[in-house]
Amino acid sequence: MASVNGALLDLKRLDQLAGEDTFVHRLDPRAKVLATLVFIVCVVSFGRYQVSALIPFFIFPVCLIAAGRLPAGYLAAKVALVAPFAIAVGICNPFFDRTVLAHLGPLEITGGWLSFASIVVRTALTVTAALTLTAVTGFASICRALVRLGMPKTFAMQLLFLYRYLFVLAEEGGRASRARELRSFGRKGRGMASYASLLGHLLLRTWQRAERMHMAMLARGYTGTFPAAQGGRFGAREILFVLFWSTLCITMRLYNGAELLGTLVTGYLP
Amino acid sequence: MHMADALLSPTVGAAMWAVSAGGVAVGSARLCRERDDRLAPLMGVLGGFLFAAQMINFSIPGTGSSGHLTGGLLLAILLGPSAAFLTVASVLMIQAFFFADGGLLALGCNIFNLGMIPALLVYPLCYRRLIGSAPGRRREVAVTMFSALLAMQLGALCVVLETAASGISALPLDKFLLLMQPIHLAIGLVEGAVTLAVVSFLRKARPELLTRGNTPGGVSGRVVLVSLLACALLVAGGLSRFASVKPDGLEWSVAKVAGATALSEHRTGLGAFMANLQHTTARYPDYQVAPAAVPPQAPAAAPAAAQANPAGKGSALPGIVGTVVTIMLVSGAALLLRRSNRGAVVPEA
Repeated sequence: MASVNGALLDLKRLDQLAGEDTFVHRLDPRAKVLATLVFIVCVVSFGRYQVSALIPFFIFPVCLIAAGRLPAGYLAAKVALVAPFAIAVGICNPFFDRTVLAHLGPLEITGGWLSFASIVVRTALTVTAALTLTAVTGFASICRALVRLGMPKTFAMQLLFLYRYLFVLAEEGGRASRARELRSFGRKGRGMASYASLLGHLLLRTWQRAERMHMAMLARGYTGTFPAAQGGRFGAREILFVLFWSTLCITMRLYNGAELLGTLVTGYLP
Repeated sequence: MHMADALLSPTVGAAMWAVSAGGVAVGSARLCRERDDRLAPLMGVLGGFLFAAQMINFSIPGTGSSGHLTGGLLLAILLGPSAAFLTVASVLMIQAFFFADGGLLALGCNIFNLGMIPALLVYPLCYRRLIGSAPGRRREVAVTMFSALLAMQLGALCVVLETAASGISALPLDKFLLLMQPIHLAIGLVEGAVTLAVVSFLRKARPELLTRGNTPGGVSGRVVLVSLLACALLVAGGLSRFASVKPDGLEWSVAKVAGATALSEHRTGLGAFMANLQHTTARYPDYQVAPAAVPPQAPAAAPAAAQANPAGKGSALPGIVGTVVTIMLVSGAALLLRRSNRGAVVPEA
């Protein structure tokens, strides 16, 4: 996250995507949350040398992205931002695990490279699924879905409060950070002392702001809970959606679709 | 220190989800009982503060690298343990949903490592015990630094344990430990210094803010904490049998009982049909990896491979061809969906 403002803009954009109106957006958030969870559990439950069996799973995020009319390039860029972490952890595998597990003509493929590829593909899958879920649902709806699935109300309140204040505070933080950069030439003035007092002042401003906000909310009749929005219905569509994706994910978990296809194709090749 | 889904097995992910969900439930219940009306918006803004603070990097003197605050201990000092824990958990959740900074399945692990350890374990059991009622300057410095270091080291240790227990990364446990702990020693030092600096700044600027977190937690809180600790230890201990490069219990016992090759025969229905199909069409039937050919440093490889890759152990070719065909199919589906979608929607004026 290079700049505070850039990250903030990002946050807004992802949530704005949730304002679209497609079939996927109209589904009850609970259905989407459940389907995504089944998907993620299926993906991460593969053995560490599986690569080809993971590929068919791309059908889930790809379908949601296409049906939800999300900008695929933008999401891909966000996934690429997270990729270095997975690569950093997985890149050691080829050095520690040199067992030859497969051959491609004269090429020997070691277990380390297989598991490395597996980690990268899994990261791409799970990260895409999480971002897609946010982009087709919106954060407030996800919170509401989680409450109806059993999350404590207090925690949901905390999430909604945090989400409301995030933009205000991130702007404040961005201003402070920019001011510090303008005042410091090169590396001078970016040390620990200035950082700590920057944080302290940010905290003080935040605190005062919270008190003002709370008084304003009380003045407008806040009683300790946010008014509940219209309750979505978990209807036939939602049941169908969850059933379809769970069945598909579990089937793809049990049978290696890519390899079956590949065997079919190579079987007919001369 | 955020973990990713790709490094976790569902067992570990679900176990840590359960532990963290329990923490969230207990924390919420305790906050509900306190019924401090002003706490809710305060937690909200402090979460926002933490979020903003994490985005501003500071330079670590001497190394040329930079880091950012994690803030669990700082929030615990300001808000008290359960409010701080919920706040950190909510920040982690937003990071998971919007930045994929730590995945959804890994959320349980991250909440435990970054929230529960500093706010619910280190703060009440270490910081509050040691700091006393009216600490002098030297004592405050020592206790804060020690607590921050302890929280960071425990968090890093848990990351290593959770990764090792999942068994996805081939990194040996000892090497991973040697990588993680010293790095987080440095980060913990900075974290402690920043926490200390912010707390002293507040003590000078607005001392009344610091009184909130120092109210005693009560006996029930201690019982809850001890049981949480026991729960965590149980999870760590129960999973520690995975924490080696040896095959896990299931794979090991399967390999012992059936032999590595017997596993690939256990298929019925479509799988058996396809296996037969492959048997008659396979190009490279001789590339079986014999268990004896496996080098001794990777004993997990043979049984794990037998289990993970029952059909395509011979050649990678069908796998790769299938992968390419699958990708083509998936992108074809996307194109079709997108086109039909475009047709259905009235173009905007």
